[in-house]
Amino acid sequence: MDYFIQQLINGVTLGSIYGLIAIGYTMVYGIIGMINFAHGDIFMVGSFIALIVIIALGITAATPLLLLILALGLVLVIAMALTAVWGWTVERIAYRPLRGSFRLAPLITAIGASIALQNFVQISQGARTKPLQPLLGGNIKLWETVGPGGNFVVQISYMQILIIVATVLLMAGFTFLITRTPLGRAQRACEQDRKMAALLGVNVDRTISLTFVMGASLAAVAGLMFLLYYGVIDFYIGFLAGVKAFTAAVLGGIGSLPGAMLGGLLIGLIETFWSGYFSLEYKDVAAFSILAIVLIFMPEGLLGKPEVEKV
Amino acid sequence: MAAQKQDLLAGSVKDAALGALVAFGLFAMLIGMKTEVGIGGLSIQYRWSAVAIAVGIVFFGRLALNLFVWKSERPVTGFLSGLVPSQASASRFSHLITPLLFLLAVTLPFLLMYFLGTRGSRQYLDLAILVTTYVMLGWGLNIVVGLAGLLDLGYVAFYAVGAYSYALLAQYFGFSFWICLPLAGILAAFWGIILGFPVLRLRGDYLAIVTLAFGEIIRVVLLNWYEFTGGPNGLSGIPRPSFFGLEFERGEGGFAHFFGLEFNSIHRIVFLYYLILVMALVTNFVTMRLRKLPVGRAWEALREDEIACRSLGINTTNTKLTAFAIGAMFGGFAGSFFATRQGFVSPESFTFIESAVILAIVVLGGLGSQIGVVIAAVVMIGGFEFFRQFEEYRMLVFGLLMVVIMVWKPRGLISTRAPSIALDRKKAKGISADLVQEGHG
Repeated sequence: MDYFIQQLINGVTLGSIYGLIAIGYTMVYGIIGMINFAHGDIFMVGSFIALIVIIALGITAATPLLLLILALGLVLVIAMALTAVWGWTVERIAYRPLRGSFRLAPLITAIGASIALQNFVQISQGARTKPLQPLLGGNIKLWETVGPGGNFVVQISYMQILIIVATVLLMAGFTFLITRTPLGRAQRACEQDRKMAALLGVNVDRTISLTFVMGASLAAVAGLMFLLYYGVIDFYIGFLAGVKAFTAAVLGGIGSLPGAMLGGLLIGLIETFWSGYFSLEYKDVAAFSILAIVLIFMPEGLLGKPEVEKV
Repeated sequence: MAAQKQDLLAGSVKDAALGALVAFGLFAMLIGMKTEVGIGGLSIQYRWSAVAIAVGIVFFGRLALNLFVWKSERPVTGFLSGLVPSQASASRFSHLITPLLFLLAVTLPFLLMYFLGTRGSRQYLDLAILVTTYVMLGWGLNIVVGLAGLLDLGYVAFYAVGAYSYALLAQYFGFSFWICLPLAGILAAFWGIILGFPVLRLRGDYLAIVTLAFGEIIRVVLLNWYEFTGGPNGLSGIPRPSFFGLEFERGEGGFAHFFGLEFNSIHRIVFLYYLILVMALVTNFVTMRLRKLPVGRAWEALREDEIACRSLGINTTNTKLTAFAIGAMFGGFAGSFFATRQGFVSPESFTFIESAVILAIVVLGGLGSQIGVVIAAVVMIGGFEFFRQFEEYRMLVFGLLMVVIMVWKPRGLISTRAPSIALDRKKAKGISADLVQEGHG
């Protein structure tokens, strides 16, 4: 039971990260109906930018707590801004010229962009994995059970609290943005009917660009969290994280924002429990199999709407 | 007129400056500050000159594009479009170049040996084998992506199934290459059907992701199933193919002895070259014939418009499944050739990057164009072997080319396809990409 609770905490943390990436997939799919294959690599770029800023600012575990939190906030803002530029650029170069082209075209450019991003970071930052010293150590001990094989401590680290709290705050802000602001309204209008929205004076291109910008900045948040939580990144992390986040988006129902978050949490939990109870080696296989099973048996996901194909 | 020029210049400079600003945002961190793993943790090495160069390239590149291409009345790139064969000229071009390429491919080993000697030609023959393998893989994938319009991102899985089928069958049952070759193809096709059956009901982009996932699953399983596949160590000691029972060995009963030649290790390389050449040509031949069969026409119809196909009574799932299985089968053949050539297989050879390279060849060559695949494979695989020092830039260039070619010419460089059916045979010319409209597949 204690082991279960501990895995639950770990799973929720991991799921928050996946959920944040999944939102980027689901928003883009909702508005232009394509899988932004390069999104996982945007997450990776965000993670690298966060790492560079952390090193450049000289943030270490020795920094006083208040200053550390302020500095991490600064890192977050810079990483979000710069990663958003990457997201915007990818859309501008690889997707916008192909709007209205045949369906496979943007998917192929997305794969090209993904490969290019990965290799660009590999060349510019080196292929070696980058380890970062833990910045925020320490745990809160929740409870302790005495057992025959030694005591088992259920604990939650400060880092996990930070990740979960930040995710909840971001999600709240993001939901506000989508439901209550003119920008969110324009976006939902474009999702429903792009042509009609354009006729009613919504700048469709700008709205789509902003969607990519928002998706990329949320991916940057996930990148920073991933960096702080695991402490190692390399140029290849975007691939696996991307596929899992995409799985999360599909599981939750692609195009649905709460669905993406829910799917992210579920995927995080499934992966953690799978590696905790079954086998560590096959945890990625588990995620991929879930993707295939969900797509085959309930392609509309948990919270999504079934898609009607029209001529 | 002068005022217009002034406007053009000012606008272009402004636009280029904006581009440079964005480029600075993109590159300042990732290029300008390189994280180095040192003794006391990470440190940063600053490279501002590299950033300045990158931003400069963007600024002047965009300025030049603005002035001479995008906003100009007579773009200087006009000649570029002329270079790319379009419409009728392309079909003439391909009629002309196909026999030439074929002749060159057949006589290549002799030409090489004549000019470079047996010792010098070996490395080029190896390269030719590699390129031809990719041509075969490209043609195999072309059935799935180019003809049927199904985006398969896990094609390498079938390549792996073929390679491991041969390696395992040879290891456990001692089967020879010639028995395993068809078996490997059948097994790969079988896997294609197993995977395709549930998945092919999905729409195009979902299919892409599921095939990608499948490719990764196969790799992870191969990597972790130590007892059966040898895990990361792979399988070695895979037997070499024989020439109608003649081994390529020194002494009695060997190939050289039988034909009264002096023993030379190049014989096997030449043999392998012809083997893969024949396999690739068979792939091409089968594809060309299939295109003329009802099923091939159904593939192309499916690519153009799935809904129309369904309303005409074509069973879309079965049609897709045949394309998937036949593509997978050729992947399996190529895989078992790969195993016998290397004498060693490991999961490392079957990563997603490999799928991406094959897909890039198909896409850049022109979806559905057979000769385009050959040209793309020669340029991309062969070309990069000559620039070995730029090895690390290879995938970056592949990725960027995929984007640029797709944006510039969404149907690939050679976008003209010979019609599979025409009313008047003499007038049958290539169908330009502009004439066909791809539907939602």
